[in-house]
Amino acid sequence: MTEIALSTSGLNKNFGSLVVAGDISISLPRGARYALIGPNGAGKTTLINLMTGMLAPDSGKIVLGNDDITAVPPDGRVKRGLVRTFQINTLFPNLSPLEAVTLAVCERRGEAGVWWKSLPSYKEAADEAYAVLSTLRLGDVCERPTKQLAYGQQRLLEIAIALASKPKVLLLDEPAAGVPKEESGELFAAVADIASDISVLFIEHDMEVVFRFASRIIVMVSGRILVEGTPDEISSNEKVREVYLGSGHG
Amino acid sequence: MNAQTTSAAFNPQEVLRAQVRWRALEIVFWVATLAPFVLTPNYLVLCSQIAIAALFALSLDLLVGYSGIVSLGHAVFFGVGAYSAGLIAKNGWGEPISGLILASVIAAAFGYFISFIMVRISHFALIMVTVGLCLLVGEIANNFHDITGGDDGLQGVKMWPIFGMYKFDIFGRTAYVYALIATFLSFLAVRRVVNSPFGLSLRGMRENQRRMPAIGAPMKKRLQVVYVISACFAGLAGALSAQTTQFVALDALSFQRSAEVLVMLILGGAGRLYGGLIGAAIFMVARDQLADMNPQYWYFWLGLLLVIVIIFLPNGILGGLAALIDRLRSRRS
Repeated sequence: MTEIALSTSGLNKNFGSLVVAGDISISLPRGARYALIGPNGAGKTTLINLMTGMLAPDSGKIVLGNDDITAVPPDGRVKRGLVRTFQINTLFPNLSPLEAVTLAVCERRGEAGVWWKSLPSYKEAADEAYAVLSTLRLGDVCERPTKQLAYGQQRLLEIAIALASKPKVLLLDEPAAGVPKEESGELFAAVADIASDISVLFIEHDMEVVFRFASRIIVMVSGRILVEGTPDEISSNEKVREVYLGSGHG
Repeated sequence: MNAQTTSAAFNPQEVLRAQVRWRALEIVFWVATLAPFVLTPNYLVLCSQIAIAALFALSLDLLVGYSGIVSLGHAVFFGVGAYSAGLIAKNGWGEPISGLILASVIAAAFGYFISFIMVRISHFALIMVTVGLCLLVGEIANNFHDITGGDDGLQGVKMWPIFGMYKFDIFGRTAYVYALIATFLSFLAVRRVVNSPFGLSLRGMRENQRRMPAIGAPMKKRLQVVYVISACFAGLAGALSAQTTQFVALDALSFQRSAEVLVMLILGGAGRLYGGLIGAAIFMVARDQLADMNPQYWYFWLGLLLVIVIIFLPNGILGGLAALIDRLRSRRS
């Protein structure tokens, strides 16, 4: 019944004898909000790297919509609507947010290869970039070099650049990483505002945030999926409590 | 400016336009390039060489300053352009403008060919390959003595007068006018390239190679295009050199020429369009003056200048000036 936006089946990746992804099969429905949790080194970021093509799987299949994209290079996957953000700021330090997001918009519209026309003649791209920045409350700082932005603003810019690619599926790798707990609410408010037809899979360590924003939770341990379920199922799951949440939680 | 731009009427297109607008200093700069005709008419030969070096440095800026790719073998494109232009003229077609265009097209085609290797490697490997390629092509030119003249240089290059009217004179008047116009037109083209969406994507690659694929950018394709454009203008500089001196020496393809153009660019400031131009002017004038004083040791002074500039102005002379102007401005406001 539900339309699947992104799925993986039997995804495997080993680094030598270390299993970083073992038989990962996930289905992400259209418009879903899924959280991916697990202890450090569980292979969460690796899974995002596999999905986005930054790593090649040893075996398995990745399907976006109806298309098998396992062999599609990273930039091609973005063009098809599979977009990610990074746990560690992966921005353009000497570009302004306006330039960075305009660049992403131009890439999406297939205009970024044009070398004979002046950038300011692309009014629609600039307007669209500014609109994206405004919704993430970056409008006021959009002219400054990115490196001068506050850390929290840089985390928002991570998302702004991704949104400019008009994703069908958005993979957020710890969007609030390094942001103080009292400020992370604002970040997740921005995440919550993401259009409801975009499927979102996010990695997050803060369980309160996870339980608030995710409709389903996938728990990974040692490169494998331990369990998948609704927040209620996960919070009452004995295995999860043992392995991940620890005795201190709730 | 800030107070207005944050108001409701904020216009992002205007912000982007303000960055590409011609500044008064730019117009002053280009008007000043005409001054030698009046002020130093005995130095027009040197001036034409400066214009050529400036164009060469500008072509390297597209790679080093804008795309963040280091090349220590950029002379290979200069040399291909120079030998192409020289050979075209030597073999019976001395018309300068068509020869110039044809030579830069040949250099661009060569750049396209090379780019398939270049986009596969990066960092130190790329530096090594650019050096190796330049040495390799230099040695090929040396070996084909019958065609290139080898060590003796390519002799017998006879240029026809420009438009059938203006002969290349020994005072370098025609040469400077010709080189200056070609360099200015090339500058306009490069300026458009760096201010285009493509130019923005080049800066994106310089700033973050990891993020670019994540916004859907085909990096290899972009790099190939910038190699072709850069090779085209480097070749154009080489062709100008061959035509204005009516001679091509093997050093057009030398490692030294590759290193010198990088020094000019870093001296002036990479990634700023004018850095290479100003660096070339300082380098060439310094060489001319210092070599007059002490021909053997002029590299000592050049080395000293370079060390001082890099220590005190890591972003080159223009980078230092820009920082100074920023500081003065923020103090005033």
